[in-house]
Parts: sequence; C-alpha cells; structure tokens
Amino acid sequence: MPGKLKVKIVAGRHLPVMDRASDLTDAFVEVKFGNTTFKTDVYLKSLNPQWNSEWFKFEVDDEDLQDEPLQITVLDHDTYSANDAIGKVYIDIDPLLYSEAATVISGWFPIYDTIHGIRGEINVVVKVDLFNDLNRFRQSSCGVKFFCTTSIPKCYRAVVIHGFVEELVVNEDPEYQWIDRIRTPRASNEARQRLISLMSGELQRKIGLKVLEMRGNAVVGYLQCFDLEGESGLVVRAIGTACTLDKLSSPAAFLPACNSPSKEMKEIPFNEDPNPNPHSSGPSTPLKNQTYSFSPSKSYSRQSSSSDTDLSLTPKTGMGSGSAGKEGGPFKALLRQQTQAALEQRGGSPHRFCRRREFPFLTLTAFPPGLLVHVGGVVSARSVKLLDRIHNPAFVGIMGNTRSYKLLDWNSFNSDEPETRDAWWAEIRQEIKSHAKALGCHAVVGYSESTSICEEVCILSASGTAAVLNPRFLQEGTVEGSLEQRIEENLPVGCGFCHIPYDELNMPFPAHLTYCYNCRKQKVPDVLFTTIDLPTDAVVVGKGCLIQARLCRLKKKAQAEANATAISNLLPFMEYEVHTQLMNKLKLKGMNALFGLRIQITVGENMLMGLASATGVYLAALPTPGGIQIAGKTPNDGSYEQHISHMQKRINDTIAKNKELYEINPPEVSEEIIGSPIPEPRQRSRLLRSQSESSDEVTELDLSHGKKDAFVLEIDDTDAMEDVHSLLTDVPPPSGFYSCNTEIMPGINNWTSEIQMFTSVRVVRLSSLNLTNQALNKNFNGLCENLLKSLYFKLRSMTPCCLCHVNFTVSLPEDELIQVTVTAVAITFDKNQALQTTKAHAEKTLQRASTDNDELLQFPLELCSDSLPAPAFPATKEHLESASSNSGTPAAQRATSVDYSSFADRCSSWIELIKLKAQTIRRGSIKTTVTVEKASPMGDGNFRNRSAPPCASSTVGVVKMTPLSFIPGAKITKYLGIINMFFIRETTSLREEGGVSGFLHAFIAEVFAMVRAHVAALGGNAVVSYIMKQCVFMENPSKNQAQCLINVSGDAVVFVRESDLEAMSTQQSAVNCQTSCPGEVTT
Amino acid sequence: MTSELDIFVGNTTLIDEDVYRLWLDGYSVNDAVALRVRSGILEQTGATAGVLQSDTMDHYRTFHMLERLLHAPPKLLHQLIFQIPPSRQALLIERYYTFDEAFVREVLGKKLSKGTKKDLDDISAKTGITLKSCRRQFDNFKRVFKVVEEMRGSLVDNIQQHFLLSDRLARDYAAIVFFANNRFETGKKKLQYLSFGDFAFCAELMIQNWTLGAVGEAPTDPDSQMDDMDVDLDKEFLQDLKELKVLVADKDLLDLHKSLVCAALRGKLGVFSEMETNFKNLSRGLVNVAAKLTHNKDVRDLFVDLVEKFVEPCRSDHWTLNDVRLFLNQYSASVHSLDGFRHQTLWDRYMGTLRGCLLRLYHD
Repeated sequence: MPGKLKVKIVAGRHLPVMDRASDLTDAFVEVKFGNTTFKTDVYLKSLNPQWNSEWFKFEVDDEDLQDEPLQITVLDHDTYSANDAIGKVYIDIDPLLYSEAATVISGWFPIYDTIHGIRGEINVVVKVDLFNDLNRFRQSSCGVKFFCTTSIPKCYRAVVIHGFVEELVVNEDPEYQWIDRIRTPRASNEARQRLISLMSGELQRKIGLKVLEMRGNAVVGYLQCFDLEGESGLVVRAIGTACTLDKLSSPAAFLPACNSPSKEMKEIPFNEDPNPNPHSSGPSTPLKNQTYSFSPSKSYSRQSSSSDTDLSLTPKTGMGSGSAGKEGGPFKALLRQQTQAALEQRGGSPHRFCRRREFPFLTLTAFPPGLLVHVGGVVSARSVKLLDRIHNPAFVGIMGNTRSYKLLDWNSFNSDEPETRDAWWAEIRQEIKSHAKALGCHAVVGYSESTSICEEVCILSASGTAAVLNPRFLQEGTVEGSLEQRIEENLPVGCGFCHIPYDELNMPFPAHLTYCYNCRKQKVPDVLFTTIDLPTDAVVVGKGCLIQARLCRLKKKAQAEANATAISNLLPFMEYEVHTQLMNKLKLKGMNALFGLRIQITVGENMLMGLASATGVYLAALPTPGGIQIAGKTPNDGSYEQHISHMQKRINDTIAKNKELYEINPPEVSEEIIGSPIPEPRQRSRLLRSQSESSDEVTELDLSHGKKDAFVLEIDDTDAMEDVHSLLTDVPPPSGFYSCNTEIMPGINNWTSEIQMFTSVRVVRLSSLNLTNQALNKNFNGLCENLLKSLYFKLRSMTPCCLCHVNFTVSLPEDELIQVTVTAVAITFDKNQALQTTKAHAEKTLQRASTDNDELLQFPLELCSDSLPAPAFPATKEHLESASSNSGTPAAQRATSVDYSSFADRCSSWIELIKLKAQTIRRGSIKTTVTVEKASPMGDGNFRNRSAPPCASSTVGVVKMTPLSFIPGAKITKYLGIINMFFIRETTSLREEGGVSGFLHAFIAEVFAMVRAHVAALGGNAVVSYIMKQCVFMENPSKNQAQCLINVSGDAVVFVRESDLEAMSTQQSAVNCQTSCPGEVTT
Repeated sequence: MTSELDIFVGNTTLIDEDVYRLWLDGYSVNDAVALRVRSGILEQTGATAGVLQSDTMDHYRTFHMLERLLHAPPKLLHQLIFQIPPSRQALLIERYYTFDEAFVREVLGKKLSKGTKKDLDDISAKTGITLKSCRRQFDNFKRVFKVVEEMRGSLVDNIQQHFLLSDRLARDYAAIVFFANNRFETGKKKLQYLSFGDFAFCAELMIQNWTLGAVGEAPTDPDSQMDDMDVDLDKEFLQDLKELKVLVADKDLLDLHKSLVCAALRGKLGVFSEMETNFKNLSRGLVNVAAKLTHNKDVRDLFVDLVEKFVEPCRSDHWTLNDVRLFLNQYSASVHSLDGFRHQTLWDRYMGTLRGCLLRLYHD
C-alpha cells in the first residue's frame, strides 16, 4: 500500500439555491477516489455550508494515484426524491506525488457543472502520504516531473537531455453524437470528462515510466493532445523530452542574474542528484551516478563499430558537430574504446533503449547555451488517414454495450492490426528523421505533432527543425566543460547556429550560400526557417514581427477514400503556396529568417485551410534579402507595363517602410571583405515535406521552384494579381504595438511587469454557397486581419506593448463555418530603453543570455579555470568544416526520404555524439566525487527554504497566466506541477445565455477561473507555458443548444518579483553566506 | 461573411470606463457604438467601426455577466470567475450604485414597490434618462432597502458593509432608505426647488436625532432588536412631541415666548416687524408640525408642512438666511427661559434637528 490520500472538506460558499421554497440549500459532499466514496454530513439550509469534515483517507496504489483524479461532488439533499447534483470538482493529485512540488492542495475550488457552469465554491484540503517503498516506483512513475515549458525550466539545470518520449492511449468516446444522445447530457459530459482525466493520468504515468527507464527524472516540453475521432474513438497522445534535471539553489539566494552572476555560480550545487526519485532514500554516491550515465547509449554498441570504420576511412564524415577533426581522431579512438568497455561492464538488455533512441527529437524550442550548434531548416511531414479503416470490431464488441471506462491501450487490442495509430505516428516520425538526415542533421528540435479531423478523414502532421546538437547535454556528466567549452569560446557569438550543417557540395536542395556575415568564416544560407525560438545569443538587427500565410482551398465533398485522395492531392499545392506566401511576406518585411514557424492545415467538409504563423527577423549573420520583382506576361502592352511598374513601386515602398518600421538597418558590408560574391536574390527552400496516404508511397515535394527565379512574381492571371494585392493588404500593427509568435520579441528586452493573457475566438459564416478560392482567401485574410486589429484596439491602453506567443488555431466546425482561436499575451515594455538597446545588439544579446535566468551559461565558464587543460583540439574552422560535412552520406539517401536500410548510417553522427559524451563524463565524475558529500546538505537546506511559499501573503488571489515560460520582472522560484484540464460545457438554453458569444465567453472565463483556482490551491501564483490545446465548439441554434470542449495545460509556479527579491536578498545575505560556503570549497 | 461568434476573454478582465458609463446609462450596443464613434476614438486609434462594434459587444457581455455579482458586491470580491484588481472592483461597484440626481428626486420618499416601478417609463420620459438606467437605479434603491431595512446598527455602516460603497455614497443611500421607509412626500410642486442634497442633509439629521438608534446607548439586551434601528423614527419620541403643544395652546406661554424672542432680536433682525407680526403663526406652525407627527400621514407631509408653514411665509416677507438663522436660534433657546415649560430635552431634540433642516431648506 504505497500511498494514503487524505481529503478534508472544509466549507462551501455562494452555493446556488436548490430549494425554491426556502431559497436555501441542504448541501453535502461526496468524495470519490477510485472505487471508494465518502460522504460528509448534510449541512441544512445554507448557501455557505461549513462541513469541516474529518479527514477522509484513501489507501491506494501509487499507480492509481497517478491515473485517477480525486472527484468531489456537491449535492443537495432531498428527503423524498433523488439528491440533486450541484456540481463537481476534479482535482489532479499528481503534483503531490513528487516532493519538490506542492506539499498540500488547499483552497477554494469552483464547483463546476457541465450544464450550469460554475455554481459556488468549495474549500478542500488534500494531502498525500507516500511510503518510501523503492521497488514500487518501477511500477508507477511517481516522482517524474512534468513541464509544459519547452525550455529547461528556470530553476533547474539540465544534466542530461535523454531525448524523445511519446505515448498514446485509445478508448471509445462516451459521446460522439452528443446531440442525439439519450442519456442526460450531464451524465454523458461527466463520463467524458472523467474518462479523459483518467486517460491523461495513465498517459502521463506511462511516459513517466519511459523516462525512468531512460534514467531521466523529468519530461520537458510535455504536450498532450486529444483526437476526438468520433465513432472510431478517442485518442490521447503525448510527446515530450526526457531529461535529467538538477535543481538550482534556493530561490531566496537568487539575485537577478545580471547583478551578481558570480555569486550565483557559487550557489549552484555541483552535485547532481543521480537518483531521479526524490522519495527514494538510497545514498547518492557519485559512483552510482557514473553507472547510470551510460545507459542510453547501449543500443548503439553494434552500430558504433560500423561507424568506427567510416570514420577511419573518411575523417570528414566524422562527428556531427562537437569536436571532430583530424587531430581528434586518435583521441576519439581511445574514447570509443572506453565507451565500449564501459558498455560491456554493465549488463542489462541492450535492446531496452532501442525504441527510445529511434527518434532523436526534442520538443524543446529554447536550449541551454551551447546545446544548439547548427540549424538545418524546417522538416515536416503530413499523412492523410482514413479513420474508419482501423475500426476494430473486437473493440466495439467489448466496449460497445457496457459503459465501463476501464482504460484500454489500443495496442493491446490491436496487436494483430498493422495500422494502429502508433504505427501512423512512427511512420511520420521516420519521415521527419530522414528529412533531417538529408539536411545533414542528426536531430530534430522544436518538434511537434498535430492532427486535423473531419468526419473519417484525419491529417496527421509533424514538424520540427533539423539541427546539430552539442553532445554535452545529451549524455550525463556535468563537468566536461573543458572539452566543449573551449570550442564554444572560439565559436563566433550569435551566428554559429546559422552555419549550414550539410555538405556544401552535396546540398539536399538548390541553395545559395554565402560566407557568414558575422564571422566571415562559415557558409550560411540566404534564408533560414525554423520552428524554434530565437536563440538568446543570436545577433539580430532591428525588431521582429509576426508573419502569417493564409490560404483556403475548396475541395469537393467526397466520401472515404475518394476524400482522402482529394485531400492528398491538394496538400502539396497548399504547402507550396503557404511557403511562397511566407517567403514573399518575409521579403516584403526586409527580413531573412523565420522562427517559431507553425503550419497548420485544417480539413473541413468542403475546403482545406492553411495557416502558417512565424516570427520574422533579420539575422545579422545572413545576407540581406533581395527585393521582389514583378514581371508581366505581356511585356509589349504599354498600359500594362505602367500598371506593373506601379505595383513594383508599391512593393518597393512597402519594403522600405517596413525596414524603417522594424528598424532594420544592417551595417553595410562590402564584397571584398566577405570574399565571395553577394548572392543573387534567389529563393531557396528550407522546407522538406511530404505527404502520404500510406507508408509505402512517400513523395517528396520540392519547394524550391525548380530553376525559376522565385523572387520574380509573374502576374499572368487574376490569381497572381490577387496574390500581390494580398501581400500588400497586410496592415502593420499600430504604433506602440509589436507582435510575434515566439517567446520573446527579437529586439525588445526591457519588459516591464504588466502582462495580460487572453483568448479570443471568432466564428464566421461564409455567406455564399458557390465560393471561389479567391473569395475564400479574401474572407479568411480579412478574418485574421480583423481579429488582430481588434486585439490591438482592445489592448491599446497597454502600449507600448508586444503581443508575444500569438497562437492562431483554425478549425472548420461545419460546412460554412470558420473558427479562429487566438491565445497570446500582451507584455508592456519600456520604450526609451528599447531604443537604446537596439543600438548595441551584440552586447545586449549577450547580456540577455545571462539575464534570461540562464545560470547555465556562467556555470561552465567558471569551471574552465580549474578543469583539465583542453587537449590540442581543432580550431574553430576545422571543427565547423567537419561539422558541415558530416552529411557526407551518399546522394541516394537524400533523394528518397524513407530508406530503412540506411538507418544505421543516418544515426552515425548521433552515435558519435553519444560516445564522445561517455568520455567527458568519466572525467567529470572525478570532480564530482569531491563535491557531492559536502554539497548535498546544502541542497537539503535550500530545499527546505523553498518549500515555504515566499510570497503567500503579498499576492493572495491574483494568479497570472502566460503562454510564455517566464514572467517579466519576476523570478520563478518553484514549479508546483503540471496543470492539465479538460472541460465540457453544454447548454440547452443558448439564447438565454446570451447566444453563442455569451455562452463561450462565460465558459472561457470559467476555464480561466478553474485553472487559477487550482494553481492557487497548489500554493502558486502563476501559470507559465499556458496553452489552450483545444477549443471545440459546436452549436445547434435551431435547437437552442451548444456544446464546447476545452483542453488547457500549463505549469503552476511560484514567482517572486525581482523588486521583492532585492529586498529579500539583504535580509537573506547572512543565510546565503552560510549556505554558499560549501559551494565555494568545491570551486 | 457574417460573424457568428466573436469574443475576447482576458485573464485580467478588461474594463473600459467609457464603455461602462455608456452601459450604465442604458445605451444599446448600437447607440454606444455611435456615441463612441462621435467621441473620435476611430481617428485616435485608427480602428474601424467593425472593431469598435466588436469591442463594445465584448464589454457589454462582460458587464452583463458582472451585473449579477454587482447586486451583492461582496460576491464580486470573493468570486473567482473574473480576475479584477481591487481598485477596478471598487470603481465598478461605485459606478454601478451611483444614481442620477434627476432620477432620485422623482422616486425619493416613494414606496419602492412594483407600482412605482411601473411608473419608471414616465420618469424616463420626464428626465431623459433611459428606461434601462432608471430600472437599474430603482433596483439598486430597492435592493439596498431590502437588505438594510430590518438591520440593527448604523444605517450607513450597514450599507457600507453590505454594498462596499464609499462613505459619501453610503450616506446618500441611507437617506434614500430612510425616506423610502418613512415615505416622506418630496414630489409636491412646492418642494420642487429642493435638491436631493437638501433632503439627504435633513435625513442625516433626523437619523442622528429622531430614530431609535439615535438615543445613543446600544441596547444592553440583545433580544430587544428593534431598539437600535436607524430606519424608523422613534415612535415614543413622536408621541411625546404632543407635549410641545402647550407652547402655542397656552396663551401666556406663547406671549412670553414671543416677548423673549422679540426682546433678544430687536435691532438685530432686518425683518423684525414682520417677525413680530408673524411670530405666533410661525410658532404655531412649527409646534403643530411636531404635534401632528404621531400620524403616519402627517409624518409623510413633514417637508410639505415645513415649507408651507415656515419657509414660504418667511420667503414672502423676504427674510434673509441670516434672519432665519438668528430667529431660529433665538426661538429655540428662549424656550429654556420659559419657567412653566417642562419638556426642555424633548424640545431640544425636536428643535435642534428642525432648525438644521429649516436652514437647509431655506433657499430659492
């Protein structure tokens, strides 16, 4: 019996009147966990009952603790008839399962009813006593921390980034035909809510198990999604990045990084807790640590020997990125031997991690300094699937008649069915991987997956950014700074990631390369598209801006396979056009790189919608983009020529205006200095995609426009004219506003503390039935532009401000309906300072790297002083050359995207990195032996400090929400756990609730309220990395009905204002002195 | 392309003060948009009419949802649905309960019943205040009245505690509740010259001196809950006021009173002769008002009587405010010198308040 859950029901308030006669309520509460239910006494005749119950105790397996939500139902007692339900509260107790997060859940929770919304509040206290039974933890995954944040959480340090974890569970949807349901809508909604809650719990536990298997202790960038597949079921799937995280020292000891970086360094505990489970009490010896460190590389023992030979033959194909070179050869050979030896020493199944390493993907979008070496470009894959094909009779037979919501793993039911959803995703991931490989990259970062479902057709999409990563973080070991740090120091600041990772002579697509405008040593492409955030050290000219490509395509209504085929046929054209639009808009802004690119293709009954959002910036390392030229088809017509030249002038004016607006004035560079011709303005695609109907038929789309010069827009018909017009109709935000879809706005770094997170939803009905593509495009464009305009107007009192993390989601709920949902955060900034900062990019960006709470940066630097002298290692140029040539794979491999036989070769660079790691660990661990024992008591002390909420009284009530991973002007001191909530709201009195707008407005406000209440109950004062993953809205106005499903998630945190911190730091200085002493000994 | 649904929800609820005012004033969304357009907001912000329409709708929806909470302001503070900074909450409440002078004069002293509510469209037509706004104000009065009607303790404190209003506004509401409870007539033509402020001033004096709560000592017995009420006039006191009748009924006393006042004021009063001739009428008027207060109907007519019996005669003789003050001071004080008169405290309790009221009521 590994856990005891204790619940106390304190009181209720603002309850609804349930007894018309007395205008009062006789309320009592049912507390349910698993199959056990407790009840409170009935508190007669009160709208503010004081139950003050005893502690209800549930003795349960920790597996159940992870899966099951605590279910609290408030009812009105009725002597003669059935008791009426007032509403429910579901509490996810997962945050209580790891001691670093919340210790108690206590507070007022809104009582929620799926028909009536919030009806009063209830005060509940929840505690969990876990027994320290070590063996048990392998069955469940208690103790694995989950973060939605797609970067290393602010008060942690990444020791190892293990890699990709994924899982999905499938079940029957209790209600796929909601309107035609016979049972009460309430019962059906509640069944659905509970089921999804259970499924998420199970999914999280399973992912946790995988993480433990990989010797990690956390999942970062955890993204969980629901696919409502209607009749074929309900899929809950999640992806994330497994990491081993190490906690940084006490929050009280933190000063703003820019003020006292040196102090902070001393406070960083040099030990890492090798034990991923805080509940286990095993001694954390450094020896153990070392043993753990090799586990992930196991699976490659065989493959590594093959790449050995590769290396000896052609040194050029060697290391992915890290530190290869001719001189490095012999050293590495030694290194490899050691790795091998280490591998052999340890027993265990060598296949255990095969699957884990299959996809070298990271869901992170921001990285510890030094991790990201090169960026190849965006890779994406799409696949159209028919849902009814996998409809499994056995599944229905078992589940169809009974309303039992026991969870079923799809795979266990369909073990003989080849086409499971797991296989679908595996196929897509495989494709992504091969694309990355073709770009000379061994990893994909900023990776995400999504689906769009309409009836029985489903488009699966995955995208990411091909990249070369520094192996330092991919393997355990903390103190190898000496090796990599030297190289990093030699790397030119802020442009390394732009340098091409692929072989210049064997480019996977036609590209125009120049020498980097920043360091002049390495080759860079002329345009860079990525799905990640702008690296903090990137040198940027001017400011960035939100760039969107919007596209509609009509499609004939069709059934099943004909429909899927039609969609498959349309997809390449959509991709192509979206890409062209992005490229043109980027040029129009005078910029040369896109970050945070997210392309969403939505399928509807009779159309496809494409919406791409990204943040455009001018990277100083990349060449100045060329302009856009317009060419007419009939060059001899005088008036036509005039028209063309007029358009050309408008475009040129717009470019000039945009350059001024975004302060893009790069320093002039003369050709002689660069030593290579400035590239002709020529389009080069960095997107590799494909779409497929099934795995055996994979086509690849070349978006590079063949040999044609794509900057020349040919106006040969009205369509093209429309395109040019639509380019020019995008209105820039009003003065004082900036917008981007990345975490932070490039070029602005002096945020002030005011933030406003919001969600805006619009649904429009397309008027005419015989729409054309152009009319559709115009409508869609207008919809998005108007929505943005509305946002600017609403937030005008916050100027100067920036809309960050602008996230558009498009869905097509019905034939003529388009729904656009936007979530973003407006952050104010200091305009005066902003002007200053843009003048000194380099220094400022550097400074930002340090102020961005990235203590990691200083950490390795400090270590250099007393770590082993670096071996004679390659100079920058050599190193980079080897890196860029690592894609020297045969051309055949690049041509076809899926070729399983070449799998081992593709992984070679990845393996090399891992092996390299093994060496550095060994050396690093010697150092840690000294520090561990001394540092650990300090860590404990710090932890105790942290567990007391530092600002419980000062900011009672206010809970901030933001889609960003940070809170401007504040320091996150503690992560309390993941918030992952799913709500259904339904009404049968739509008109009375203010129509569809009133209904959804109230519901979203209620969802916010419930998120805030849960965070507050955990002792937190903010949600970071908040995301509304789903907002499915259905209406039936003729029946006066509507239903909406919302799924949100985020990380509950405690933050402290930096101003408060400064005040605190003076008081705490004495304490700090004591705690930091042991740290100083070790340095 | 028509917009089916268009919403904006912020984690911190956005409150636009201008739109809130338009909403409180009862304008429809379209009227509000037109008014906003006229304010030049489009030029300032470069927005389109469509954007303005959508924004206004959003705010109206928010206010509509908030209205339920505004009916019980403490709920607004404790609710979890809308995250609103405390200063904004205070503003929302204060503005919601603020009323129009023109409106309050129409309903002051009227029974806050369904019947009165039916007359609101007349009031709306008369005052130019939208019917919607009239309804809100009327419902506010009624709501506050219902809540504090039966409550013990200070009326102003009760209102402040249950409606979280500013001191100023709470006092105004106390006056409204007091007037509504005692049904003082304020609508007669001859009372039209009086402002709400005049009545509120009188109400405050009366609450302080003439109600049960005014007696001062908190009731020692907690069960005797009717003892500490600010809303009802002290019945016993009203009954006792009959005793004052002797001042005019007893001819000698009246003459003595007159001579004392005349002696003191001779040469000091600009309208001495008029005072002298009118003394008996004025005194009779004031004392009779007191004596009649046992009847509810006469209580209602208190202000009519005061204006008829005192303000109008003085005004027709062109008394200055200073004349009135000197006279009233002397008139009250001289009673202390009347040996045969035994109800000095009663007289002071009555006349102290009445003097204050009369001085306030005496203007054009």
